[in-house]
Amino acid sequence: MECWDPNIELMPNDGLNVIQMKLLKKLVHRLWDNSEFYHKRMRNADVRPDDIQSLEDVTKLPFMYKTDLRDNYPDLIFTEPQRKIIRYHASSGTTGKPTVVGYTRNDLEMWSTSLARALTSCGLGEDDVVQVSNGYGLFTGGLGFHYAAEKIGAAVVPASTGNTKRQLELIKDLNVTAMACTPSYMVHMAELAESMGMSIKDDTKLRVGLLGAEPWSESMRKNIQSDTGIFAQNCYGASELSGPMFTECLEQQGIHVWKDIALVEILDPDTLEPVSPGERGEMVITILQKEAMPMIRYRIGDITALVEEECACGRTHPRIERLSGRVDDMLIIRGINVFPSQVEHALMAIPEVGSHYLIEVDRIGSLDTIMLKVELSKEAFTDDIIKLRKITHTISDSLRHILNIRVDIQLVEPGTLPRFEGKAKRVMDRRDFT
Amino acid sequence: MSEFVIKQLSIFSENRYGRLFEIANALKEANINLFAFSIAEAEGFGVIRAIVDDPEKAKEKLSSLGFVVSFTEILAIEMKDVPGGLAEAVKILKDARINIEYAYAYSGREKAVLIIRVDNIEEAVERITESGAKLVHNHHFT
Repeated sequence: MECWDPNIELMPNDGLNVIQMKLLKKLVHRLWDNSEFYHKRMRNADVRPDDIQSLEDVTKLPFMYKTDLRDNYPDLIFTEPQRKIIRYHASSGTTGKPTVVGYTRNDLEMWSTSLARALTSCGLGEDDVVQVSNGYGLFTGGLGFHYAAEKIGAAVVPASTGNTKRQLELIKDLNVTAMACTPSYMVHMAELAESMGMSIKDDTKLRVGLLGAEPWSESMRKNIQSDTGIFAQNCYGASELSGPMFTECLEQQGIHVWKDIALVEILDPDTLEPVSPGERGEMVITILQKEAMPMIRYRIGDITALVEEECACGRTHPRIERLSGRVDDMLIIRGINVFPSQVEHALMAIPEVGSHYLIEVDRIGSLDTIMLKVELSKEAFTDDIIKLRKITHTISDSLRHILNIRVDIQLVEPGTLPRFEGKAKRVMDRRDFT
Repeated sequence: MSEFVIKQLSIFSENRYGRLFEIANALKEANINLFAFSIAEAEGFGVIRAIVDDPEKAKEKLSSLGFVVSFTEILAIEMKDVPGGLAEAVKILKDARINIEYAYAYSGREKAVLIIRVDNIEEAVERITESGAKLVHNHHFT
């Protein structure tokens, strides 16, 4: 088994805990001294840097939330001056305002190191050709895999998204061995290949898929692996953490989270107390080495369990199990995060429709579809069908602008969508992830 | 209001199984007679347009069942029920430079009728009557 950094990846737990403790202390001191935002938050929680004397003491620290990034748009949360920042990425926000993340040179180094270890654990190295079919640009997926693959000495094909036929030709002609994309895009590729009379299994050298940015299931993995003959590897990351950072090793028994890079807690979402070892709960993550935009006890919203035992691959770092859901109502559609509140926000600006809506999400073949049903307001009804169609186009344009995704719109009769006395259930997600 | 301006029912309807039956059945229950109707469809919904003998009562009944209903003013032109009947009626509109937004027709026992929605209805009434064509009186439908 190859390791990118055997010293750290195979280090016994005691040693890793010492490193974690050292990094956590350093981080807390740095935030106390340099971050107006987190200093204030620590004061409000009545905690001082010296209160952090053991790894368990991390629970004394206040949480961070996605809203902290939004409220401090674009860079008020940064702890380094602009001249130290060498990269920005951004993602669409929940109310139309994007969130911006920034990186120092060390931050980019840490990010690509984390993912370089992961790619090595997927059996990749200098002899590989990695096609990055994640979007390049403000989204972290493309450049994240790009730099990590270069770091391990692989040849990178920066294909980005789109033009699947061309992508298949490149895979064949350049002897591509690994491909980074969403799992649904992998399925789509396999289907298109078949329709072109080409078999990924027999006609290409592809053997590893680095799949992530959207929820998927074990059964989907099995199908991809048997259809294409590749190792379909589950990946994890988020722009707030840096980007894609962690993957499974070839054992496929959970995603290795490097202890010197991240400190993971699993909490009961109701009590916010740690769950018993191995139990599922809300993941709270602290990135231990991040300069420009430290994320500490970040409530990322994913539900998973932590496996502490040493992996069969020999790596000592803990693993997170496949995500089983979200604590909030965030949807991930074609790799894009969608909050129902964004949809609601868009609808409020359109007087021809009421405030009742229902979001229906389906997976047709390998493609996620999102349909918004919204009640036409009685007053807006007109005999003029062109005007009615214009309403649907207005909503569709507005959502495309805010979410960066195409949403099918269906106007429905007033009073026909379900009404709720308690918490409204405005999302019907019929995709099967189990 | 011109005696030739007719109140058409316009009903918003989702493209959903059985929806037309619900509308038709409601009209039956209210003892409303239909002269003509049409459906204009868009993505997932449609507008059902109907000429009935008692538009007020029909609207009341349908609204009470939750339908969104409005009235639209339309004109009804008599046509000869022979080959060329439509051509003759439409030529009048063409010569009078009247633009049709939408139209549908029925062929009754006494005559054929072309129902049209135009943008300037008063002006259209004037020009059509001037041209010698016969518009159906709105009393005919009540």
